[in-house]
Amino acid sequence: MNFQIATLLGQDGLTNGAIYALLALSILLVFTVTRILLIPLGEFVTFGALTMAAMQMGKTPKLEWLLLGLVLIDCALDVYQQIKRHIDRNKMKMIALKLGYAVIIIALLNNLSLSEIPMIAQIALTLCLIVPIGPIIYRLFFQPLADAPALVLLIVSIALHVTMVGVGLLLFGPEGARTQPFSDTGFRLGAVMLKSQTLWVILVSIFLIVALFIAFERTLYGKALRATAVNRMGARLQGISPIFAGKATFALAAFIGSASGILIAPITTLYYDSGFIISLKGFVGAIIGGLVSYPIAAIGAVAVGMIEAFSIFWASNYKEIIVFTLIIPFLIWRSMNSHNVEDDE
Amino acid sequence: MTQATEKNLLDVSDLHVAYGKVEALTGIDLTLKEGKLVTVIGPNGAGKTTLLSAIMGILPSKGTIHFNGQDFICPNVETLVGHGLGLVPEKRELFSTMTVQDNLLLGAFQRYRRGDKSYNQTLNEIYELFPRLWERRQQQAGTLSGGERQMLAIGRAMMSKPKLLMLDEPSLGLAPLITREIFRIFTDLRSQGVSILLVEQNARAALKVADYAYVLEGGQVAMQGPASELANDPKVIEAYLGLASKHQELLSS
Repeated sequence: MNFQIATLLGQDGLTNGAIYALLALSILLVFTVTRILLIPLGEFVTFGALTMAAMQMGKTPKLEWLLLGLVLIDCALDVYQQIKRHIDRNKMKMIALKLGYAVIIIALLNNLSLSEIPMIAQIALTLCLIVPIGPIIYRLFFQPLADAPALVLLIVSIALHVTMVGVGLLLFGPEGARTQPFSDTGFRLGAVMLKSQTLWVILVSIFLIVALFIAFERTLYGKALRATAVNRMGARLQGISPIFAGKATFALAAFIGSASGILIAPITTLYYDSGFIISLKGFVGAIIGGLVSYPIAAIGAVAVGMIEAFSIFWASNYKEIIVFTLIIPFLIWRSMNSHNVEDDE
Repeated sequence: MTQATEKNLLDVSDLHVAYGKVEALTGIDLTLKEGKLVTVIGPNGAGKTTLLSAIMGILPSKGTIHFNGQDFICPNVETLVGHGLGLVPEKRELFSTMTVQDNLLLGAFQRYRRGDKSYNQTLNEIYELFPRLWERRQQQAGTLSGGERQMLAIGRAMMSKPKLLMLDEPSLGLAPLITREIFRIFTDLRSQGVSILLVEQNARAALKVADYAYVLEGGQVAMQGPASELANDPKVIEAYLGLASKHQELLSS
């Protein structure tokens, strides 16, 4: 291995690592606030990438029907609850807003010539389409189970993952897709050629991580989410509803997931089922952070990306094995060091 | 919110709570007038904490809870907080890995959400009331002493500017001097027009500061009346105060 190969691998590792770090942070965020291990996070990645690809091929992404279907079920449940108790004008307005939003997004998707609008608009539309699916999923599948033990939540999460992979196959088909890079230029750094997409991935990831940090350290809404993670009952007594917290974290996770998908779609070909392995690597990062520490999780995830990239060079057949074997020493080390057992209060 | 208004702020009628098949509360009636301090005393296991939890909506209950002009049937916690009910639970439930200041700010979350920007003023008032919290505002809540934690829990509940503040065993595990300070704060709060529902083991001190008192026994109201009368009632003296426990009187002085 010479210096040039090392920098190329390092560049790959850093790109992947940045994505894994984003995913690790959202897995951690969802877990600490809601006790749910968000296994379907990877599906948001593929949904984001494949929706983008469909748009660039000038096709209307079929994901719109998933959004419409989920919004309809959600609103139907809302109306049912309203009738059972009493009709609240504000809630009715919310239902109308939700339906209106879905209709507007679908109208936009069907009337714009999607392959010709600027890429930034494609990205915005993709995010507008996918992000609302996060909170609706929380409301439909996890909110009724809010007090269930973590194991039940995990099982539902796995079921949801399997379902979403199936839905992905149904909506996007079995073909893989790749999108155009954000910009075509490359940069020279000494002897090494840097792909511009690599820079995009790293910069956007750093930006998102910093934005998350500021949101959680500085704003009262962010602090409220942290407070829910620290002490659920204490948070409820301040009027911070766990439902609000759950929906907010799921929206964030859906946003980060689909944004990651959009970011890496120009670099790797993604299939309907590629998301799982990607989010699993983020999960390894989260485990390295002990499912509590955000900075360690982010560093761990970048390390996973690096190790993955370099193991491609030395033992490409074993790269997945090497990455996932990495988790074992950390689990042993973690379980020897940690004194706090289980998450039940 | 003056003491002159004699409106019922809280009106609980025929409240039942059961843990499985075991009934913990069997038909409690309780009223609290605006601006008053009402105390609920009783032996261990009488259902005092259960009563507060049920009013707050933490435990499912049967019966009606009329609060601030509205009826709530088995409401949820967040709704009641939004309507101006605050609870300082027995376990404090602080955000132990967050700073004292963040804990207090989160107490004003509902106000912040409604767009009420005056919570910084309340924050200053609370720092005036508890100078100790000001000194420790950047410290993690988990590092505070028992008394400071109790102050923080009360301060956090005050941040939402509740119409009614419910306190569960605020003197539990505190040294007598701190207890005295905490009880002095209740008198202060009441004179500012905050209505208080106080659950206490420390019966003598509680009766001293309260306007009205309920004695809970086995999930039912065994006795009720103006606090000063109950404090002299021979039955109460015998069961809860005891002649030998004169020292408790000092705690509330």
